[in-house]
Amino acid sequence: MKPARFKYLRPASLEEALAALGEHADDAKLIAGGQSLVPMLNFRLLAPAVLIDINRLPGLGAATEAPDGGLRIGALTRHQTLEWSDAVKRRFPVMHAAVKHIGHLAIRNRGTIGGSLSHADPTAELPLMSVLLDATLTASSARGSRTIAAREFFLGPLATVLEPHEMLTRVDMPSLGDRAGWAFEEFARRCGDYAIAAVGAVIGVANGRVTDARIAIAGGGGGPVRATRAEQSLAGRAIDDAALRDAMQAADAEIDPVGDLQVSGEYRRHLIGVLVQRALRGAWQRAHGATA
Amino acid sequence: MSDTLDIRVVVNGVTYERAVEPRLLLSDFLRQTLGLTGTHVGCEHGVCGACTILLDGDSARACLTFAVQADGCRIETVESLGTVARMSPLQEAFREHHGLQCGFCTAGMLMTSVDLLKKWPLASDAEIRDGLSGNLCRCTGYQHIVAAVRAAAAQRKDGSK
Repeated sequence: MKPARFKYLRPASLEEALAALGEHADDAKLIAGGQSLVPMLNFRLLAPAVLIDINRLPGLGAATEAPDGGLRIGALTRHQTLEWSDAVKRRFPVMHAAVKHIGHLAIRNRGTIGGSLSHADPTAELPLMSVLLDATLTASSARGSRTIAAREFFLGPLATVLEPHEMLTRVDMPSLGDRAGWAFEEFARRCGDYAIAAVGAVIGVANGRVTDARIAIAGGGGGPVRATRAEQSLAGRAIDDAALRDAMQAADAEIDPVGDLQVSGEYRRHLIGVLVQRALRGAWQRAHGATA
Repeated sequence: MSDTLDIRVVVNGVTYERAVEPRLLLSDFLRQTLGLTGTHVGCEHGVCGACTILLDGDSARACLTFAVQADGCRIETVESLGTVARMSPLQEAFREHHGLQCGFCTAGMLMTSVDLLKKWPLASDAEIRDGLSGNLCRCTGYQHIVAAVRAAAAQRKDGSK
């Protein structure tokens, strides 16, 4: 339960960090909040030769509102910063709701959005939010930066398209515009546990009809899944029992849940169907101002 | 071989300068290097919450932090709260409401509660339970712990004591 030896580097600037990462690449791990990494080090599931501590890099720890109503989030923004952010609560209430489900108080105090996305746990909340909210992720290396759509970022459990010499530096969430309906539904055995499944939904409604729907599912595969056919099934309709049933059936064909120590794949599949319906009903009600 | 790094931390108001191996966990640093054994170590992978301390004012798992990362930081452990002769109001509430049984989880429960009391209204038991959910008590004495935090929260509102 003690980590293997490593060399510790604490760069003072992003440039310095990226240079160190470029030099050590495969032998190095970045440490931010460390809430997922350090358990793996303690168990010696990982034994990197070099640990690059990026906690003190300046300018990456805040979430700021973009002029268009979107959100620009530095990779080192801690969960608690999102939890208490007025901009998140006003502009992205669905993310505000999701963040409350991340781990526990002490974990939210330390964990970062860049760490959560890079770690890519298949049932984690922020990967789900990045896919639901069509985030653009910026990955930087000593050679330059590139942007990646969140939907292209996750490859599977704990796997992303990040190269060993790349570091996630920024997350941009575009404005939700007038999509006023939202809901986040998560099921876990205990408060703060990893979700067995979670569903986020955002919808726009005009004249009693859905103009635009987004549904993202955690626990439905190796990474967060956008249920695009379920989304399309709702276009131009009111969300009634028939629409909910159609959306649930469409979503069911878009997921491939697996069993684990907690539940079977079939259980998870059933649960996701229930959560999809709950989320859509909740989003529909919010779009009509039925709940605050 | 021991490649060590020099760190300087302020723990409970006292400045310590020590040379540490990078892989030394903050929990082991506090207990073994500094002899502050009030912080307990349970699971060593961030699940049980027994090692919770305050790192620059926010609760954190000492077993998920390396001592070297705390260089230049301010740490508070359970030893900062009070003494046997003069307990803090929160400790007094735990005593009063029988909020500890074997005592193993208590240091973590207290340090989490300090953070909760600072940040949250704690207007309902649900909120208190939610806040304490990252701390496990294997005596399962949660009722009394919740009662203790509820009392401390009420006292905080009164501003008395």
